[in-house]
Amino acid sequence: MPTDRLFQRIAEPAGSAGADTVTIEFNGAPLQVPAQCSVAAALLASGVTRFRNSPVSGEPRAPYCMMGVCFECLMEIDGQPSRQSCLVTVREGMRVRTQDGARTLPLPPAVEAGRTEEVEHG
Amino acid sequence: MKADNGADADVIVIGGGLHGTSSALHLARAGLRVTLLEADYCGRHASGVNAGGVRTLGRHVAEIPLALASRNLWHRLADLTGDDAGFVPSGQLKVAETDAELDVLRQRVAELEALGFTHETMVDTQTVRELVPAIAPHVTGAIWVREDGHALPYRAVTAFRLAAAKAGAVIHETTPAQRVEQAGTRWKVHTPRGVFHADRLVNAAGAWAGEFAAQIGEPVPVEAGGLMLMITHRVAPFVKPVLGATGRALSFKQYANGTVMIGGGLRCPADAQARHGEVDMLRLGTSAQTVTALFPHLGPLGINRAWAGVEAFMPDQIPVIGPSKAAPGVVHAFGFSAHGFELGPIVGQIVAELVTEGHASLPIDAFAVDRFNQPRGAVAGALRD
Amino acid sequence: MADMDVDIAIIGAGPAGMAAAVAAAATGARVAVLDEQDACGGQIYRAIQRATPERLRILGPDYAAGRALADRFAASGAQHITGAAVWQVTREHAVHYLRNGSVASLQARQVILCTGAMERPFPIPGWTLPGVLTAGAAQILLKSANVVPAEPVVLAGCGPLLYLLGWQYVRAGVPIRAIVDTTDGTDYQRALAHLGGALAGWRYLKKGLALMRALKRGGVPFYKGATALSVEGTDAVRALRFTSRGQPQRIETRAVLLHQGVVPNTQFSWALRAAHRWDDTQLCWQPVVDEWGMLDVPGILVAGDGRGIGGAVAAALQGELAGLAAAHNVGKLDGAQRDRMAAPLRTALRSHLSIRPFLDALYRPKPANRVPADDVVVCRCEEVTAGDIRSFVALGCSGPNQAKSFGRCGMGPCQGRQCGLTVTEIIADARGVPPQEVGYYRIRPPIKPVTLGELARES
Repeated sequence: MPTDRLFQRIAEPAGSAGADTVTIEFNGAPLQVPAQCSVAAALLASGVTRFRNSPVSGEPRAPYCMMGVCFECLMEIDGQPSRQSCLVTVREGMRVRTQDGARTLPLPPAVEAGRTEEVEHG
Repeated sequence: MKADNGADADVIVIGGGLHGTSSALHLARAGLRVTLLEADYCGRHASGVNAGGVRTLGRHVAEIPLALASRNLWHRLADLTGDDAGFVPSGQLKVAETDAELDVLRQRVAELEALGFTHETMVDTQTVRELVPAIAPHVTGAIWVREDGHALPYRAVTAFRLAAAKAGAVIHETTPAQRVEQAGTRWKVHTPRGVFHADRLVNAAGAWAGEFAAQIGEPVPVEAGGLMLMITHRVAPFVKPVLGATGRALSFKQYANGTVMIGGGLRCPADAQARHGEVDMLRLGTSAQTVTALFPHLGPLGINRAWAGVEAFMPDQIPVIGPSKAAPGVVHAFGFSAHGFELGPIVGQIVAELVTEGHASLPIDAFAVDRFNQPRGAVAGALRD
Repeated sequence: MADMDVDIAIIGAGPAGMAAAVAAAATGARVAVLDEQDACGGQIYRAIQRATPERLRILGPDYAAGRALADRFAASGAQHITGAAVWQVTREHAVHYLRNGSVASLQARQVILCTGAMERPFPIPGWTLPGVLTAGAAQILLKSANVVPAEPVVLAGCGPLLYLLGWQYVRAGVPIRAIVDTTDGTDYQRALAHLGGALAGWRYLKKGLALMRALKRGGVPFYKGATALSVEGTDAVRALRFTSRGQPQRIETRAVLLHQGVVPNTQFSWALRAAHRWDDTQLCWQPVVDEWGMLDVPGILVAGDGRGIGGAVAAALQGELAGLAAAHNVGKLDGAQRDRMAAPLRTALRSHLSIRPFLDALYRPKPANRVPADDVVVCRCEEVTAGDIRSFVALGCSGPNQAKSFGRCGMGPCQGRQCGLTVTEIIADARGVPPQEVGYYRIRPPIKPVTLGELARES
């Protein structure tokens, strides 16, 4: 559930690109976010403050550089894990998930059933 | 701990890779004054950047006794060096993807059994799936070696280096040996930092060992080459054993932190002069295809880094281990052809035996430095020892 | 086996890349420019082509000046390959990239690396907490998404970009809780020695002073000579702590924007095994280049901030010089013509770089913010602390590559971008030798991640 937003889109004169929004699926729930920008910018402007958990300690991480050199903004986008969300343009209907713990790939069903769950972090 | 700079020693080891540092440790523990000369930093090249397989599986028959003895040392590496170098007894599995490949594996196990080796065992599809639940369904069976595993190459070299230093060896990094020459009954090694003297020499100079062999009058056909490796981003744990394949080159392991190391015998050019192996990323596509064929769900897994070390390859793919046949007081240990990591602990012991007693406790005739001058029959006989 | 052949491949569509493309394409050379983003501009001129008049007003005249260059680039005839993540440039001038989930490559005869700069790491306690971003990140949010802080924000560090951001925020009506400036008296002293150069770049000085005045007029609380910076919080930023004028301070905030200068993005030049030198004025590695920007790797040039920080205008001039040189090298421009066209560019470049020694001296990042205390995380990806690195040195790890092999420092997804400079300096400091002797990480492809599936499909 997005918290009080740290960032917001500046209100722009009508007719500009700033007025558009799109609806994406964020961690399984619909979320309306600013359009015509990166997924990271859209999420920051919608109150998302945790993008992933560090696979080393589980501590929460969020974007730092916004230009693709820090790799803190890694998220699962449309089923593909570890995408740099600051480099992906947000689109209507996109499925975005925070990345928790070590990247979990969908394993074959028989394996999933027998797998011991990796400890999920926050 | 010695205060001198080791300019005068009982034995000089040229090369600070795994075999050099292992030799230095065993020699120092035998009570000799040891000086090790390393051109860059210990573990800079093949020894520090290989796939880290601790593998008796799939060895050339001549190497098997050494590999089995070395594996015992890996299981107790902390006793030997004070650090376990991240050794994980994960087991090694070599899978067959067709019935024809399965026959190849069965034949191999039968040949080994006939020679008295039982460390490689056949396992069926069901057992493979128990060992590696995530593997693709088309696998037909495998060879399984439960006590094999993997370790961390740079940490292993560091463990031996620190233990050797603690035992009194003097180790000089950024000190490339350039020329060796006999001075009476002793040896002189010329470096940019000065001349080092010793009664004995150990040539553990890896891809550069041929230079020293040539200098002492017994050139060997050793060639520098690279093997390409990749490491991925982290992924949730899905495989414990180290995996190999039969019909295609593959070496594949997942670390505790979730990253996956992918190798597979993909050779690439290595420039011994420039001390660099150049990776052809697109050729690594073959490794990527093999991995995704065996584990289809790994398609979206990102590759973090690809590299190649500078390794020493022999024409018959087995190393040179043994005394020089051209000059007194020199022992060779090089040319491990991309599978020397596991042998490191035992080779150091063998080198120390050769230096101190003149003979080894394990059969090493197959690794003779002058075998390339011999008629074929003699070499074949050596392989059956 | 390449999908395309060109005369000149340019990596990066910022000011250097655009200017190089314009100059080279004008000679008739076949030019391709590859860039990760979907539009030209790089970082400094990010989203310039779709900037509205209101955004141009907020961002200021230096940003707006990029528009003319972007228009010339669009009209130049150079091919602009957008959304291309270049993952390898080879010494044989092949360029491998990822685009739309597919691996592709092109073969060039000359390559110009225009990968620009990135923020210098700012390793202070708590810098990895959600809510800490760089000032550059904040500018990108503003330029590309019209997104600004929703509550009063703290800016901390030093350097023109920090004050510029503050000025842009004032113009946009974004409240700034405080500017915490690490610049102190010793910095002014050091900079005085370079005042001659500063006066030669008087335009910059005038602009800088006007900017500071505007900030003060905007009523932004200023703290000077700040030391002992640390970010407080457990799961997110709660406050910034620091000492200013001997007084400990604590400012509650949920967003901290850090900045202490930018440094060259040298991933490609290192991966090519080009020679680099440590520059002690800019405290960073710079590729060694000739007067055209050519590396010691034949046929590969570097232009712009990627070879040393000089700013956008200097980057464009260097790009133009490199474009002319590359065009000459592929036979599209004779040497005399090239030299004639280069002369005024070199004069202008000297003029635009004349302010640098002054700025580098005045905004030299503090040692404590480059070589932090033991408990500060240095490698963000793998959570390796400064103390960990010092312990590796004690075990005989003499350089960054051994630290990498020993403790995973630099082995994470960012491939050492956020920790490399810090690691070099920590090891140099611990060993008591200059950074030049310590060296840098060995950088290997892929420079940007490629998945197993993408690589498998290519073959």
